[in-house]
Amino acid sequence: MFRNVAELVEIADNENILISDVMIKQEMEVTERSFNEVFEQMNKNLLVMEEAIEKGINEKVTSVSGLTGGDAVLLQKYIKSGKSLAGDFHLDAVSKAIATNEVNAAMGTICATPTAGSAGVVPGTLFALKHKVKPSRDQMVRYLFTSGAFGLVVANNASISGAAGGCQAEVGSATGMAAAAIVELMGGTPKQSAHAMAIALKNMLGLVCDPVAGLVEVPCVKRNAMGASNAIVAADMALAGIESRIPCDEVIDAMYKIGQSMSLDLRETAGGGLAATPTGRELEAKIFGASPIK
Amino acid sequence: MKYRTVFDIIGPVMIGPSSSHTAGAARIGRVARTLLGKQPKWVEISYYGSFAKTYKGHGTDVATVGGLLDFDTFDQRIKHSLEIAKELGVSITIQEEDAVPDHPNTAKIRLGTNDKDALELVGISIGGGKIEIVELNGFLLRLSGNHPAILVVHNDRYGVIASVLNVLAKHEINIGHMEVSRKEKGKDALMVIEVDQNVDEHLLGEVSSLPYISKVTKIHD
Repeated sequence: MFRNVAELVEIADNENILISDVMIKQEMEVTERSFNEVFEQMNKNLLVMEEAIEKGINEKVTSVSGLTGGDAVLLQKYIKSGKSLAGDFHLDAVSKAIATNEVNAAMGTICATPTAGSAGVVPGTLFALKHKVKPSRDQMVRYLFTSGAFGLVVANNASISGAAGGCQAEVGSATGMAAAAIVELMGGTPKQSAHAMAIALKNMLGLVCDPVAGLVEVPCVKRNAMGASNAIVAADMALAGIESRIPCDEVIDAMYKIGQSMSLDLRETAGGGLAATPTGRELEAKIFGASPIK
Repeated sequence: MKYRTVFDIIGPVMIGPSSSHTAGAARIGRVARTLLGKQPKWVEISYYGSFAKTYKGHGTDVATVGGLLDFDTFDQRIKHSLEIAKELGVSITIQEEDAVPDHPNTAKIRLGTNDKDALELVGISIGGGKIEIVELNGFLLRLSGNHPAILVVHNDRYGVIASVLNVLAKHEINIGHMEVSRKEKGKDALMVIEVDQNVDEHLLGEVSSLPYISKVTKIHD
């Protein structure tokens, strides 16, 4: 069993297999199931992601609070106008990440990757790649195993909980996972996947969890948008041969320690950050009436 | 290693908006329901830490109650669980606690029926929908709810643990994780045995007929 990213890369290199293969093999061993059973379960999760994205980019989804919804549709329209600065592929990923989190905020059905609040980044980038590079269904399912392998290391060695480690532990982890998976899908090496994850996560360090009114909406939806964007750039950098000076496992460890030193107000308690701004408090009072969250 | 499988990371499939505060809360509720073994008539939920501060925004309350009604994380009925509980005549009380818990996402649930059956458990939601039960009727424990488990309340004395394990060995049941906990030497003790396969009522009956055993319950996969 791999305990960290270094071991994960080492197993893949020694056996000359992909990160997704390492993850699938380990999953088969740990849960004593066949390749087909494990693969099919992941394929089902992929279907849930696809349905959430389709709903979010085509319908004007609105959350119960009314704080979020409809931005994925706006961005898709903008892409069609041909005026995009960031590029169609890039914005497609961003809009699909938004779509997932808008559906999540509306209490729709999603697949946590690694959490619900950060569920947009991995599927958002994947379904934009589907449009651009036309991967096989097999490659798409593998994308999720690769993401999962890196996520498993973060969950066991640091945290994937906003209440424990801030947003860097949620959207930060998701961004690193997506960056690593993009690299594998585009034919990069396991080492390049690790560098992509390190580069992506480094740029999310210190990000606090400060949801307005305690809702998984503001700023969560837009943080997933930027996570998708960050993942793509980090993957491109790694594929270009750029390396992270700080090894991936040390970046993960730094993230963990930063999370531990974060004030409670900035760890999913709606006590600080954007939640405590005048507008944040006003929205909170409007949504919950006379007894706002402390 | 707290997280064992890739589906702890890519999953669960769930109703939004939060894996820890919605899906995890539903799972804690569902373990409580399973341990009670039937639909509760009354439930008292206390939230601590981040759960206390943000439960309304995350739908933690509807999710916990959904779990108590035996709904899974992806069950659409979760959204309407408070109304459903009311229709079924289940009384629900929710408290926000100020005490600072060891883990930021902590819920204490007391539940029971009209007769004497009641229990109290403390669950924590550790991220990505994963949970642990850390206290049951005052006993400290660590139960993931990911594997079938047998819980045995017994008298704290020599030979009791061996006699229970003998029954499991006879039925060729393998143990993945096990712990024992007691409040006081020689008084009530709790055995938590996580096993690799589901166990049937016959086996539970056999265990409960052993000397010094007062209660046997199970959690299924």
